[in-house]
Amino acid sequence: MSQNPVSSGTPADAALRVDAKVVVAEGVVALTLRHPTGRRLPDWAPGAHIDLVLPNGLTRQYSLCGDRWDAHSYRVGVLREPSGRGGSAYVHDELAVGDLVGVGGPRNNFPLVPSQKYLFVAGGIGITPLLPMIRQAELIGADWRLVYGGRTRTSMAFREELAAYGDRVVFLPRDERGLPDLPAYLAEATDAKVYVCGPGALLAAVEKCCADWAVGRLRTERFVPKDRGAPLRNEPFEVELARSGLAVTVNPGATVLDAVQAAGVNVLSSCRGGTCGTCETTVLAGAPDHRDSVLDDDERSAGDCMLICVSRSCSDRLVLDL
Amino acid sequence: MFAPAPTLPVSDADPFALDVLQDPLQFQAALRDAGPVVYLRRYDVFALSRYEQVHAALTDWQSFQSAAGVGLSNFRYETPWRPPSILLEADPPHHDAPRAVLSKILGPRALQKLRASWVLDADVLVDQLLSNTTEFDAVTALTAAFPLRVFPDAVGIPDAGRENLLPYGDHAFNAFGPANSLVEKGAPRVAELSGWVNEQCAREVLTGDGFGAQIWAAADRGDITHEQAPLVVRSLLTAGVDTTVNGLAAVLYAFARYPEQWARLRENRTLARTAFDEAVRWESPVQTFFRTATRDTEIGGTVIPDGKKILMFLGAANRDPRRWENPDVFDLGRNPSGHVGYGMGIHQCVGQHVARLESEALLTALASRVESLEIAGPVRRHLNNTLRSWESVPVRVQLS
Ligand code: FES
Repeated sequence: MSQNPVSSGTPADAALRVDAKVVVAEGVVALTLRHPTGRRLPDWAPGAHIDLVLPNGLTRQYSLCGDRWDAHSYRVGVLREPSGRGGSAYVHDELAVGDLVGVGGPRNNFPLVPSQKYLFVAGGIGITPLLPMIRQAELIGADWRLVYGGRTRTSMAFREELAAYGDRVVFLPRDERGLPDLPAYLAEATDAKVYVCGPGALLAAVEKCCADWAVGRLRTERFVPKDRGAPLRNEPFEVELARSGLAVTVNPGATVLDAVQAAGVNVLSSCRGGTCGTCETTVLAGAPDHRDSVLDDDERSAGDCMLICVSRSCSDRLVLDL
Repeated sequence: MFAPAPTLPVSDADPFALDVLQDPLQFQAALRDAGPVVYLRRYDVFALSRYEQVHAALTDWQSFQSAAGVGLSNFRYETPWRPPSILLEADPPHHDAPRAVLSKILGPRALQKLRASWVLDADVLVDQLLSNTTEFDAVTALTAAFPLRVFPDAVGIPDAGRENLLPYGDHAFNAFGPANSLVEKGAPRVAELSGWVNEQCAREVLTGDGFGAQIWAAADRGDITHEQAPLVVRSLLTAGVDTTVNGLAAVLYAFARYPEQWARLRENRTLARTAFDEAVRWESPVQTFFRTATRDTEIGGTVIPDGKKILMFLGAANRDPRRWENPDVFDLGRNPSGHVGYGMGIHQCVGQHVARLESEALLTALASRVESLEIAGPVRRHLNNTLRSWESVPVRVQLS
């Protein structure tokens, strides 16, 4: 297995270095990631996640739980998943400070919407996207509360950070306090926007209580302990430019945009970070490996377009309308 | 009073003087050459005119905020002339939700639905014009006419009063500068125009299917608040018209000045996209924006003190020879990617895909009918504190 991200399908440009790896609870490590040159990282907002492309070829998604006012580092919390296919085990057992990992995104399917009042409900590692939300709720002076459940007190990450908020935070380790009385907390949260992140059972229990709520009041993100489907390519891939009648090879260290440009085809781009949407290109054939912050899940699975400044290929060949 | 360090270049020039606005290129070149940061004594602001520093300041929203105003007026100490924009004049976290909503509504995928009808509209407009004459003012006949034909419909505002959009935008962009004669000229109509624009933002006034209705629908879903919805609509109406009018004027003016580039476009229509962005680079319809330092921040070797304003010259950065080869030439062979004509970072123009689509439709309609075009009379600028604008661009065309 190669430890070199350049040979493992990661565009050199998007590789970040593990700057710190700290155990923050039983079975949970927090990683701090920085760009090897120390440059700014793409902007994000609470609820966003990144794809971590691990040196063993697996990709996993992790919520950003650091400080967005620090433009130079990302923090993610990683729970050891005994049932996973090796993504989290790799992070826990193999990944070391100084290693490079590929990063896609950030993308946000769980944005914090404006409100005067919030109820946050976290189950276990589901606390991660809620941490930056809480910080912002505090910043704008909103009235908020966090109900944080976990297996045992020692398994619950970021307890110290949260303890600083005093009695706005309710810790509910199951072995001491049993299951949270969700109906009671939800009933109390009149007018609040409710954000829930955690395992499926928690979400199902909350959704049952909120079935008749107005659209958009309850916002959930399922913590899915699954490694993402398609294995990533370690090899170069071919890009066929249908309109120009050209074919180019995209090597692991280069972006599709670079390769197309090098072939003499000018494609307009702007941010070169997958955020502005300028370089969107129609895909005629092949399976794109999306790494942008623009497309939503439906658009991604449609597979008919891609942001070529960051996205790559799962298939041997892509045919683009260029 | 701030005492600049002895090494910091100081200028007493006025970037908003009418003669500079009339022809800013020399002034901007001198500013770029004076240093990465120049202190403008007259306004007590720090000017950035090189690409590197402008790009860096635009992207660093943590150090250079927008909520204290993106004009000269510092909202930390002064009351803005209207309630601040919740997009342009806001920082995270307040900026997040309105921005996310608008990015989706104005995203390239969402706009696909409008493409066919805008192409048709452009065809009809160009056909009507060219069946009558081959010599006309490109501004009134095309570059103002086309956005005013398609954009207000896309937003969903009624027909009555649309003539207010351009003067309102003109004033809003003047108001980012100092209180000079241009601002004074607009002052008498501010209340009337603002009143009209605000009325157009109400849900009942908007059609059921436009950008405006989609903004209100986002409020119903709770993605933004119902109080924010009309302000998001207002942003569209303020920033969506004058900018595109001048962007389109820039691209037609560029082609009239560089006839060989028109021939190139006619040969390869896919260049229409590049052409618009190259024109936006070349003329920079939005010339300047301010930011305010949130803490003592070093840039280009100078520390900008907390609370002080920086003035970013987008137009100067887009012609910085340190970044661009032959920057003063409009050239379709160049890749204009990375220009800062729409800004950069979290505040980058959310309507850029709208502007590109308008331009693509208009250029495509023209390219299939017009063999060549040239300037047919004196080109007159329209002066604005922020915009590079035109009163009149007379052109003569040869039909194909
Ligand atoms: S250039 Fe901005 S998304 Fe690719």
